[in-house]
Amino acid sequence: MADQSTDTPKLELRDVHKSFGDKPVLQGLDLTVKEHEVVCLIGPSGCGKSTILRCIDLLDPINAGSILLDGQNITGPRVNANQIRRRIGIVFQSFNLFPHMNVLDNVTLGPRRAHGTPRREAEARAVELLERFGLGDKADAYPNRMSGGQNQRAAIVRALMVEPEVLLLDEVTSALDPELVGEVLGVIRELRDEGLTMVLATHEMGFARDVANQVVFLHEGRVLEAAPPSELFDHPRHPRTQQFLHRVTEAGRL
Amino acid sequence: MRERLARTFDEEGAKAALLAAVSTVVVFGLLWWAVTRSPSWPAVRNQFFSGDDFAASWPRVVKGFWLNVRLFLISMLTIPVAALFVALMRSFRGPGFFPLRLLAVIYTDLFRGIPLFLLIVLMGFGMPALQIRGLPSSATFWAVTALTLSYAAYTAEIYRSGIDAVPESQRASARALGLTQWQSMRFAILPQAVRNVVPALMNTVVSLQKDVALVSVVGVRDAVREAEIYTSRTFNYTSYVVATLLFLAISVPLTRSVDWYTERDRAQRSQAVS
Repeated sequence: MADQSTDTPKLELRDVHKSFGDKPVLQGLDLTVKEHEVVCLIGPSGCGKSTILRCIDLLDPINAGSILLDGQNITGPRVNANQIRRRIGIVFQSFNLFPHMNVLDNVTLGPRRAHGTPRREAEARAVELLERFGLGDKADAYPNRMSGGQNQRAAIVRALMVEPEVLLLDEVTSALDPELVGEVLGVIRELRDEGLTMVLATHEMGFARDVANQVVFLHEGRVLEAAPPSELFDHPRHPRTQQFLHRVTEAGRL
Repeated sequence: MRERLARTFDEEGAKAALLAAVSTVVVFGLLWWAVTRSPSWPAVRNQFFSGDDFAASWPRVVKGFWLNVRLFLISMLTIPVAALFVALMRSFRGPGFFPLRLLAVIYTDLFRGIPLFLLIVLMGFGMPALQIRGLPSSATFWAVTALTLSYAAYTAEIYRSGIDAVPESQRASARALGLTQWQSMRFAILPQAVRNVVPALMNTVVSLQKDVALVSVVGVRDAVREAEIYTSRTFNYTSYVVATLLFLAISVPLTRSVDWYTERDRAQRSQAVS
């Protein structure tokens, strides 16, 4: 992807609509993510944060609009969804590791089966990544024998195994005990420093301020306000944004 | 203090065991006494529990039972394979798979709806009567096919309930890795689904082991048929008791091991959760 013109955003959502039954979730959403950029999606529960991420990874089909990866429309009719998913990594709130496999098998399943990487090569990379994220001794462990933080780090390793061009993180710390949040956020910070393009849905405002290039406030399935963190958190323009940030501050999460 | 407590418990345990043993002997003794003292007992004994008839019918019934065992083992292979096939047909998503799903639904509705006895008669007598070249004409073959078709319909539903019980998030997580629908099923969903339904599958095996006896209705010389032949010659029913004992010899240990496994599985799961 090195030959991409620098003007082309890595990821672009244009007027995306999505509803579940007759309940609209995304109502004309526009979003642009440049290469190496970290975008944090914030907003009240039910504003569509997770849905955006699932739509980008083609796990939920959109009803209207388009999503572009490197300028290519990935929601068009003749797109091989499996090919696209292989270029995008996603980490879920509840980890979703496969409970019947140990960590090593969990993280090598994608590369081996979807990418055709030979087992030895995949395992070598797995060991390297697990080491790096402090899971070196957990390769043989099963998910239910590990802490939430370890599970989530393993899930991040699983997504990173195939060197995704974009990493989507869906409230990855929400299911964790408070003392385990830090270790996962540390991992994400490290990935930002390496220049990985990321889109995060998060409730951790302090973290969003620290890690994001752009913070996007969502309301009723639309982008209400998008700005660099210092601007959005310190001088929110829209009253809804102010209201939301005020509530969050009261709850002690900023 | 603790020692004294322990001793009390031991003593209590011993007392309880003794009480259980005594009351068991008394109850069973009374039952035995009541049955054997009844005026019709000699007739019952001669009709069902005659030693001579037992010895005379034993070799044939055992020989027939060996056929039951073989048919059971064959169906144990054909049923899970056919059932898995149907369950997978029904679990694949997307409009392109609609005809397959429809076919699977029709199949399960149809074969779960027909009484097994009727199906065995229909196929075991009917298919050989067609005398179509290339089709086997053995009643045994068609009886086993009927057994397979009927049991596979139930078993497919068991598999499907197991597949449905795997959380949607697991499927999403597999697809997100770039795995195809089939790969997600094969590596992520199915192993969990099968594990979910092992106790239910084992219960099916227990009832299959008994239902194999139904093949006797189309004249296949299994244990029941052999017993029937003996009875029709001697007017003595001991041969049926022989067949009964043979079936029990397999089904009781089988049921016990299913219970044991189910209990262990439940214990392991509740442990994993906590």
